This record gives sequence, C-alpha cells and structure tokens, in this order.
Amino acid sequence: MTTKNIMIVGVGGQGSVLASKLLGHLLTSQSFDVKVSEVHGMSQRGGSVVTYVRYGDKVFSPVIDKGEADFIVSFEILEAARWLEYLKADGQIVTSTQQIDPMPVITGKMSYPENLLEKIKALNIKVDALDCVKLAEEAGNVKAVNLVLLGRLSHYFNDIPEEAWKEAINFCVPKKFLDVNLKAFELGKNA
Amino acid sequence: MKQLMQGNTAAARGLYEAGCCVASSYPGTPSTEITEEAAKFDEIYCEWAPNEKVAMETAFGASLAGKRSFCGMKHVGLNVAADPLFTVSYTGVNAGMVICVADDAGMHSSQNEQDSRHYARASKIPMLEPSDSQEALNFFKRAYELSEKFDTPVIVKMCTRVAHSQSLVEINERVEAPEHHYEKNIAKYVMMPGNAIKRHPIVEERTLKLKALAEEIDINKIDEGSDDSIGIITSSTSYQYVKEACGDLYPVLKLGMIWPLPDEKIKSFAKTVKRLIVVEELDDFIENYCKSLGLEVDGKNLFSLEGELSQNIFAEKLGLKKNSCSKLNEVIPPRPPVMCAGCPHRGMFFTLSKNKCTVLGDIGCYTLGAVAPLSAMEMTLCMGASVSATHGFNKALELAAPEKGRGTAQAVEGLKPVAVIGDSTFMHSGMTGLANIAYNQSKSVVIILDNSITGMTGHQQNPTTGYNIKGDPAGKINLENLCRAMGFNRVRVVDPYNLKECEEALREELEAGESSVIISRRPCALLKYVKHKPPLKVNTEKCVGCKSCMKIGCPALAMKNNKAHVDNTLCVGCGVCEQLCKFRAFESTAQEGK
Repeated sequence: MTTKNIMIVGVGGQGSVLASKLLGHLLTSQSFDVKVSEVHGMSQRGGSVVTYVRYGDKVFSPVIDKGEADFIVSFEILEAARWLEYLKADGQIVTSTQQIDPMPVITGKMSYPENLLEKIKALNIKVDALDCVKLAEEAGNVKAVNLVLLGRLSHYFNDIPEEAWKEAINFCVPKKFLDVNLKAFELGKNA
Repeated sequence: MKQLMQGNTAAARGLYEAGCCVASSYPGTPSTEITEEAAKFDEIYCEWAPNEKVAMETAFGASLAGKRSFCGMKHVGLNVAADPLFTVSYTGVNAGMVICVADDAGMHSSQNEQDSRHYARASKIPMLEPSDSQEALNFFKRAYELSEKFDTPVIVKMCTRVAHSQSLVEINERVEAPEHHYEKNIAKYVMMPGNAIKRHPIVEERTLKLKALAEEIDINKIDEGSDDSIGIITSSTSYQYVKEACGDLYPVLKLGMIWPLPDEKIKSFAKTVKRLIVVEELDDFIENYCKSLGLEVDGKNLFSLEGELSQNIFAEKLGLKKNSCSKLNEVIPPRPPVMCAGCPHRGMFFTLSKNKCTVLGDIGCYTLGAVAPLSAMEMTLCMGASVSATHGFNKALELAAPEKGRGTAQAVEGLKPVAVIGDSTFMHSGMTGLANIAYNQSKSVVIILDNSITGMTGHQQNPTTGYNIKGDPAGKINLENLCRAMGFNRVRVVDPYNLKECEEALREELEAGESSVIISRRPCALLKYVKHKPPLKVNTEKCVGCKSCMKIGCPALAMKNNKAHVDNTLCVGCGVCEQLCKFRAFESTAQEGK
C-alpha cells in the first residue's frame, strides 16, 4: 500500500504526544512500517505544534509535506486552519471545536478569524468537528481530549479492529487513567 | 518483533548494547533524550554535567580508566566542548569514546543553525551520520568498534528529524566491552608541545587509514536506480527525503560515514551517472568535497543553505511532482511559544519591562521574555553571555563618560543594564562571567532566575537542583553562598510572584553603586511536585476592561466582551495579574471546591 499520512496539530501542552504515541503503537501492531516525528523544546511552550504519523509498506521520510496528509487531527480550530495546506485534496479533517487565543490575539494586535470551520468547508474539504472538551469532561477528565479525538478518528479506519485500538490505549495510558480514557475514546467514537 | 523507537532512544539502546559504562552530558534539544534514556539502564552510569566541556572531559577520563564512555550535546554545545575535542583527537582513547552532536536545521529550538560536520574535518575525528532509529542504534555500536580499533574518539551526528523521529528498531542483548586497563603513558596522554608534536603525525596517519576504511565500509552504500541520468549523493535525513520522492528511480550513494570521505567510491559513483547532485541540509560540506575531487556537481545551486529539506523540496527541484493543496484566504495569526501560565519568570520580566531596564539575556525558557507584550530582553547570544556581556556593556558606558569615574551605567547614559540568566545556564557558563565582574569590578546587576531545574529541555536536574539524573538526592550548590564567596556583598533572594518585592529589589540594586546579584527564586510551574492554588476568576462587575492585567502576556488571560477572562484550564492561581488590578476584579475560585 502507498504510505498514509496523519498529522496531529494543536497547541503545545494539549496532549498530542500521547495521541501520536498511541497511533504509533496501534499501527505498529498492525504490522505496518511506521514513522512518527515530533519536535521538542521551545515550540512545546504554548506554541503551534505538529506531529507527523506515517505508515505503509515502507516509509522513508519522517515528515509529511504540503498536500500529503490523509488526515489532519486537530486539537484547536486555528491550528487546523494553519496546517490546511498539508491536507490532500480529498483529505479529512477531524477537529475539536476548541479555540485558544494565540499571543497576538491576547495582546490585541490581531484577531481570531471568525467562522473558520465554515470557510474551510466552503473549500469542499471534509470536516468532522466536535466539542472534544465537553466530551472529555463528560468522560471525567478535561485532559482526555486526545482520546476523544482518536475515538473519532477510529471511525475512518474500518480495517483496524476496535480491539487493537483498545489494546493500544491499554498500553499507552497509565492504569489509573485507563477508565477515563476508554470512556473518552467511546464518547468520541459515538459522537 | 520490531519496536517503534525514537532516534535518541535507539541511540541510548546502542550505548547499552555496546557495553557503554559511563555517560556524561549536558541537556540540549535535540540531544537530551539519549542520556535520559541511557540513565534507565543500570549498567550505564549517567550524569548531567554542568556543561558540555565538563561532560566531554568526564567521558575522556572514563575512557582513560578503561570504560567505554559517552557524551552527548546539541550543536552549540560542541562549541563549548571544542577545546577538549581537538586535543582528544591527538591523545586518542583507551576504551572506546563516542561523542554525539545533534544539529537543529530549521532551528526548532536553537539560536543558530550551525553545521557540526565541519568539526569532524577540523578536529580530524571520524563522524558517522545515521538516517533513522535503526541506524542510530547500529551506528553507536559501530562507533565504539571504530574508536577502539583506530584509537580515536568517534562522533555520531544526529539531527532533529533523526533524533526526534520514531521508526522501527530491532534490538539485541548487551555485550560487555573488552577489558582496557589503564596504563600510564605520558607520551600519549600529556599533551605538551614535545609530546603533541609526535602525536600529530599519528593523527594524520589515522585519517588515511580511516579514509581507506571509508572506501570499504558497508554504511557507505549504493542504492541502485533505473535511470542513470542523475545520481544522488546524500546522507542523514536527506536520504529519506530523496528515497521518498524518487524511490528506486535514481542511483543513490548514501554516506553513513561522512568523515573522512571515500574519494574513490565517490569518483567511481560519479562515473556511472550523467549528472551528480549532492543533497544535504545546511552547508555544502559533501558538495565542496566532491568539487575538490574535480567533480562537477549540483548542490547548493538547487537547495538552500538554510533550514530543513523535505521530500517536496527535493521533488520540485528535480521536476518530479508538485502536490496541489488547499489554502484559506485568511490571515492566520501566528502562535509563537509563550511563557506558561504561572511561569515564575513572568513577574520578574514584567518588573524589568516596567522599569525600562536594558536586559541582556541568556538561553532558556526565559528567552521568551523578549516576546511581546513583555519585550523585556534586548540581547541573547549563547550560554552565559548575559553576565559577561553586561560587564562589557557597563565598562563601555563608563568609558563614554570617564569624568564620572566608575559610576553606574545608569548615571552615565540613563541606561539600566541588567543580566538575566537561569540557574542551569548560570552553572553552565554564567559563573565565569560573574567571576569577571567580581574581579574586574563593574557595577553590574545580575539576576539569576532560579527555578531549580533546566526548564526548556524538559526538566533536567542541574547542580542547583539537589537531585541527580535518576532523581536521587545529590549535591546541591547554594547560589547565595557561591556569589558571596566570589566577593559579592549584595546578594538577595526575591519571590517573582511578588511584584512589589521584585520592584524594590531591582530599584535598590540598580542604585546601590556596586555589583550585586538578585536571585529570583521559585520552582518551574510545570514541575510535578509544585502545588498550585485554584484558578482565579474575574468578577465582571468589578472589571472595567482597562487591560492592565494583559500587560503580563499570560496565556490564561484573554479579553471577552471587553472584560478580562481567565481560562480555568490554564490558570494556576499565581496571582501576578491580581496584583496589577486596581479594581480587585480577580477572585479566587477556592470556595467553589475546584
């Protein structure tokens, strides 16, 4: 199979590291060649962050380039818009509807663009948006947004059995948070 | 089964499997995790050294004593360790010694984009360059074999995309290294002129032997291609971009050992193709070498000297493909990194900004003090430069008005120069600058932002922390005593959450007429052991929307409907904003049971 590309985008500290770890484990368990790439250091301090997950028969590059992503999984609307160029023509966006003001908006120098999701949809791009913060709170922990998103993403992977997802969650999440995360996954999946 | 492993974790696994016993490093993105991961193996003694020079000398000492050793650092760290590097090339090693340097093309978390490959050539030390995690593991093991066989330290060069990418890796068992007992050998290990003169020809001879090895070694390999109109020479992550874009179309000479380079192998590869292209990030290192062999090559005429490459950049330059992509017709506000909510540095930077100080800064999270709205840092150069440059700044200002004698800079030009440096950076190379202030007597004010940890690289311990790399209790350097012992009479500690206290200290020390140190002390807000207060909330009836609180640039604060608003998922109740509100609009959520 040709290499498939998933981009996880968000704001530093939102939990994309666990999401990519989980996807990496899941896809490895399905016998794919996998590469996951992220950037550590200064950008993690509340900046825009991106993680690349690539899988297939043989993966070379660790990064996803413009026009290559099959999926953009986004923790925040502005970030989905920022990385839009990386999406394939028929790619799918799965995003949380959370909005976090970046510093130029906080200081009043710039404004947060309005109706971004509608504008993206107007480009004939498939957008699956859900209130992940609310669903994570419902699951019992606001930090479980990443599992809500992954639950939603799992919809689009018919060839990966649900058991494999659960096993990956079991492997990557600390025991004491397991129930909350499984619930968050279910809520995202069935949203 | 193969495991998905980060390049740095694989490198640490390579250290383990190779029988490495001693690792000493200073943290620096993107190299940090190698030593952190190595510390999880009980067989390897690991430590954070105060700086890279100390780390390299420690590794050398361990090699001398007969144990396979390691030191790791980021590219700029190798500048700090360059002094031992160039001479350990002359002494050679006893047990194998491997140095890792991790470059950061694209400057994801660095102050420059230097290409560390030049160090291999300059110091005459062999350098290996892996292109994924499996190679990272294998090359670290190979490096020890080469080190002992050729009596040389070996550098393994990583880059962000190899260090911080995960790919599949097959692991093996640890094999204990052969015994290397210490033997006294003054001619080999005492590098005074008489001995070093005799070592230099040995180094040159060694390079020739390594060059012969480079012709044969299997990590310099050729991938056959179906179209010989173009041949690619590449290494590291660039190899992955090339393969991603053109698969098996063009033949590729992949160099796993990039110093010394194999002349004959390169020349014979060139003969098999019609056009030769070198694909490498940053400088034209391989390209220039090819040109020195009389070969006609394309390289930096196609690809930039700046930033990272990618499969698209390569493909477009070769006319292979161009992806179509969607674009919004919309201005997307940038999201630069910011000081975290509750960051203890914020209060001090607000005070410095308010008092219009000329802040000469340093390397760490607090470099973000330069970002709007605080905009409270005017210089950042390298580790430790804040302290030494402030000394020089003050000396120069004194020269500008000699009639005032050794007055403070403030009296001379109305400037208020202040050095700002973190605890880890201070231990790394701020201390020597402070010694210069104590010795050569400038009336400099130095602020040490002591958050008890190395923050930016992800919470590594340092000599002021009181704990070692494994989290066990360790020696703890007392900053106040250290500064006093250097001769500073004025050393005071403030809590950066207390704006009044910060301001008083800053004003008094600037006016004191002698050098002084302010220690701004509070642990990093992200440390797990730090207990936070409940988030604050805004009483919208009291808030008049004056935006006084917005001056501190806290990511937990925003204006909603012309009133301040606190994001309760981010706020840690530090109370700095509260101190700026004349209308007492901030209230605790403590009673709400959160």
